Amino acid sequence: MKFNLKVWRQPNTNTPGKMVDYKIDNVNPDMSFLEMIDVLNEDIIRKGEAPVAFDHDCREGICGMCSMYINGRAHGPLKGTTTCQLMMRNFTDGETIHVEPFRAKAFPVLKDLIVDRTAFDRIQAVGGFVSVNTGQVQDANNLPVEKEKADLAMDAASCIGCGACVAACKNASAMLFVGAKVSQYALLPQGQIERKIRVQKMVAQMDEEGFGACTNTGACSAECPKEISITNIARMNREYLSTSLLED
Amino acid sequence: MNWFTKAFTSTLGRKLVMALTGLFLCLFLVVHVSGNFQLFKDDGGFSFNMYSVFMTHNPLIKTVSYLLYATFIIHIIQSLLLTIYNKKARPQGYVKNSPDKNSAWSSRNMGILGTIILVFLVFHMKDFWWEYHNGEMPKAKYVEFVQDGEHKTMTDTLWQSYVEEIKKKMAASGGAYDPKISEYKQVIYKDLYAEVAEEFKEPAIVILYLIAMIALAFHLLHGFQSAWQSLGVNHRKYVPVIKTIGWFFSIAITAGFAAMPLYFFLK
Repeated sequence: MKFNLKVWRQPNTNTPGKMVDYKIDNVNPDMSFLEMIDVLNEDIIRKGEAPVAFDHDCREGICGMCSMYINGRAHGPLKGTTTCQLMMRNFTDGETIHVEPFRAKAFPVLKDLIVDRTAFDRIQAVGGFVSVNTGQVQDANNLPVEKEKADLAMDAASCIGCGACVAACKNASAMLFVGAKVSQYALLPQGQIERKIRVQKMVAQMDEEGFGACTNTGACSAECPKEISITNIARMNREYLSTSLLED
Repeated sequence: MNWFTKAFTSTLGRKLVMALTGLFLCLFLVVHVSGNFQLFKDDGGFSFNMYSVFMTHNPLIKTVSYLLYATFIIHIIQSLLLTIYNKKARPQGYVKNSPDKNSAWSSRNMGILGTIILVFLVFHMKDFWWEYHNGEMPKAKYVEFVQDGEHKTMTDTLWQSYVEEIKKKMAASGGAYDPKISEYKQVIYKDLYAEVAEEFKEPAIVILYLIAMIALAFHLLHGFQSAWQSLGVNHRKYVPVIKTIGWFFSIAITAGFAAMPLYFFLK
């Protein structure tokens, strides 16, 4: 397959970037998008130029590292997939493909297609965990969990923190990510002790990082590789508003 | 920062303000459209003009109206602040973006839709609210009386011909006919009905109103259900109900309003 690529090239955070045209003509339809970029980079390196820098790790859709905005959509045109799971057969031969980094003030571009998503780590670090004392592990059956709640918590916990929600949102809002993290613990008995302080701290950190506010377009959920529902955002709103306005 | 400022300056708190003011404005729309349905009553504008007097003089309504003006202002200012805040969250936009693939047009253009509604509101308030309170209003004379135990109201012109009719009947029966009229009184109201009727003869105004109502329909289509989501009401059982009500609400309210200029234009 042949493609005309328009790839965002930016040497570092402080230097402005631009789209650069590349032609690639030896693409196997069964390659993943990242493998196609690998092939492109081999061509570029042979020419003695700097390869396109991009994030990747597991290449099986669970690590959340790959973060490209392909043809105007986070992780490309397929629903419920990451860039690494996007196969070249999903494009038409000869197509022009735009590849850009995820764009948000809170996700500064480090180089080319790599963005700094440590803002997510900082949000997690203020409350996205359950504090447990070390010592003897207790019997798992001591904490009964309703199946329905366990399922909802699992759905929320399937968030891989890739940042597609922020990238797709017109306001670069991180509410689906934070909503999923807040929900995951709010639904389980282990999360109850820090439930109130968690949502307060995580929302405060989210605002601090400069993510936008949610306008309920639903773009985040539509582009989420794990198809996490915006019900989680509503749950976060509920948790936050009730703890802010009603609790001591 | 105290808890109140902290809650209401957070992104979630600001959305709460948008949701609450938005829902209050939805409630206002219901009152406004149902009250204004009296424009369709074929009584020379009597009920509508009387309703206008009630709406501008009742102390409770007056108090609520100040709350309403405040709600409008808060909703507009907060949306402006949020839009600026949200624009800042993405200083550099995408070269190629396809948001139509993941979200509804109305949900992404609430600002534009809101601005159209705001422009409309300026004209609407100037034409009717300002005119009614400060302008030269036409006056309407009405006659109220009780005939045979039945309360009747009619315009002064209708009354003149009614009197002629009674006189004829009396003459025909040789003075035996008794119209049984009591409690006759004349009342004079500012004729907002005539003002509305005249205004809506103007094609440009009718078009402005129709455009504004289309914008309002799309604004409500997203706004109504979005407000509940911001309040944290998202539930498997209730979301479909909220969405259906939202659809029905948006269309019913705006169709009701749009019917008013059309009625007078085509009348």
